[in-house]
Amino acid sequence: MENNLLLKVEDLKLYFRTTKGPVQAVDDVDFILPKHQAVVFIGESGCGKTSFAKAILRLLPRNVGEYSGRVYMHGADTMLMDDEEFRHKIRWVKMSMVPQAAMNSLNPVLKVGDQVAEPVIIHQDLSKAQALEKAKEMFKRVGVPVDFLNRYAFELSGGMRQRVAIAMALITEPDLVVLDEPTSALDLLTQANIMNLLKRIKKETDASFILITHDIATSSELADRVIVMYAGQIVEDGDAHRFFENPLHPYSKKLMASVPRLRETVEPEFIIGQPPSLIDPPKGCRFAARCPYRFEKCKQDPPLFNIKERLVKCWLYEPGKEQIPA
Amino acid sequence: MKTKTMKPEQVVSAGKKSGDLLLSIKDLRVWFELRRFGFGHAGYVRAVDGVTFDLRQGEAIAIVGESGCGKSSLMKTILGINTPTEGTLVFEGKDISDYNREHLQWYRSQVGYVQQDPFGSLPPFMSIQRILEEPLIIHGEKNAAERLRRVRKVMEEVKLTPQEEFLPKFPHQISGGQQQRVVIARAMILEPKLIVADEPVSMLDASVRVEILKLLRGLQETHNLAVIYITHDLSTVRYFSERIFVMYAGKLVEKAPMDRLLKQPRHPYTQALLAATSDPDANNASHYKDVPPGEPPSLVNPPKACRFHPRCPQFMDGLCNVQDPPEFVPEPDYYTLCWLYDPNLDATLTAIKR
Repeated sequence: MENNLLLKVEDLKLYFRTTKGPVQAVDDVDFILPKHQAVVFIGESGCGKTSFAKAILRLLPRNVGEYSGRVYMHGADTMLMDDEEFRHKIRWVKMSMVPQAAMNSLNPVLKVGDQVAEPVIIHQDLSKAQALEKAKEMFKRVGVPVDFLNRYAFELSGGMRQRVAIAMALITEPDLVVLDEPTSALDLLTQANIMNLLKRIKKETDASFILITHDIATSSELADRVIVMYAGQIVEDGDAHRFFENPLHPYSKKLMASVPRLRETVEPEFIIGQPPSLIDPPKGCRFAARCPYRFEKCKQDPPLFNIKERLVKCWLYEPGKEQIPA
Repeated sequence: MKTKTMKPEQVVSAGKKSGDLLLSIKDLRVWFELRRFGFGHAGYVRAVDGVTFDLRQGEAIAIVGESGCGKSSLMKTILGINTPTEGTLVFEGKDISDYNREHLQWYRSQVGYVQQDPFGSLPPFMSIQRILEEPLIIHGEKNAAERLRRVRKVMEEVKLTPQEEFLPKFPHQISGGQQQRVVIARAMILEPKLIVADEPVSMLDASVRVEILKLLRGLQETHNLAVIYITHDLSTVRYFSERIFVMYAGKLVEKAPMDRLLKQPRHPYTQALLAATSDPDANNASHYKDVPPGEPPSLVNPPKACRFHPRCPQFMDGLCNVQDPPEFVPEPDYYTLCWLYDPNLDATLTAIKR
């Protein structure tokens, strides 16, 4: 197991300063990622999933209040590195990212080929010609015609731009690729094509993937494992097959019930109320106010209980307690 | 300028059931002229190209299509924002495709618009009260007390309660779901007969999405509203509409009752859309999706004949790329623009081989 470990995150905190007080976007997150695994982070907007990705990649905005914890990549704590070292050794070398709305994150005044080649010029000291050769290979792999190397981003359709962004994240052959909502701005058929591409790439490489999305149906396309975040914390973490069949945490159950189904006639439900403010989150379980199963104990903060290899942050799963009805 | 080549089948309106006819659109075309250097003619963007359908009072329909298929242009024409290049738009027996001022003012009070992006569509400098009063002021309600009464009533209906709490607030002070409720309230306040909802939930979280759809559905039933629900998400139409129109490259390629379309889609494009929509299931990860490659065509120079033929898995050379498919009716109330459903397909195929 130790050898197989890629990323280990302990007590990760990322707070933002605001005039009203610190926003606890990521609060005490523990997370272990083995090699060659695709993990999906799901949750509503504002639950801290993108902040979590930015925290491990250290792509931080200026108003960071507190940023602490330990992030081990191949056993080395990246939090001890200074920014320059982190840039040289980790970002885009060991882990890369396809940002949210990647299709609009390309530089409009650079040819897409040059943009895709740039990471290897910087990090692997290739000449420009070698780098472009490599970019060409990447284009073939992600299904972009090779003559697009000389085009600008505005000349490409949304799906093609997304493929270019994926090529840029893969060109340095990182061990971990973070995909932040890779398909949310795309059309349905394009979305399905991109998911097919990601599945193929996952098969072909040894890389691990972190997929961040609020689209639960799409998330199931890639997931080996599912992590549910709520109000800055991980509330459930487990195998995808078991999760989609039977989510454990009351929030996960509600979230799954809110997904409209195409092939089943179940009426979707909605979750009453809103996620709590992260400036002053409730003490104890953060979902308690909206939870149909809440009881006395929910006033205390539940730990992550281990239920047959699945982790769930809910007092209902305290050992010795009866299970809640499915 | 353009010649009308219309097959008689195309004029057949979809759906003839009880309920008074509210909106009737015939062979609607919305073309945008492209100009070179500001004056030279450089072709047209055929955003809507021959759309025909009828909408009955109190009926909910969904228009499904990818971005760039012309659904927003169609919607804006229905709202009276774009003028049609050709074709007619008859609302309650009045032809409004000429769009003179007087007609338009009346027509706009009859049609409510629910925008896609709630925050972007609410003026940030107006309070909720002012936002909701605005349509009443424009449409000549001078009595302030009466305006407030109607604002409160509509807020009650969209469950923005207690009203006192929300009235003085500004859009940025409320959540996304509440903003969308304000947008719906604004669309409802003039008591329209038709609501056009353009992707009303695509910007919202999954858990709120269902709540808003249920709200719209409830309003539709209590007020006997007709609703045109425009979306790219097939998984939500099930809960909303009686009929589904599938739009591709400016044309409605399939018009059918919701349950039958979802059970047995006819047009290869609809089949692809259904295949691309996933339900949450971990088994999805273990197989690839069977979707056609490529992207929707440019509407400046769309493919000849059937516009889906370059991507179609069931493409028939010599037919699909040569002749425009007319509207076929494989079963009652089910209209599809695809040669596969030609009852005399064999004869048509032998005819073209000659």
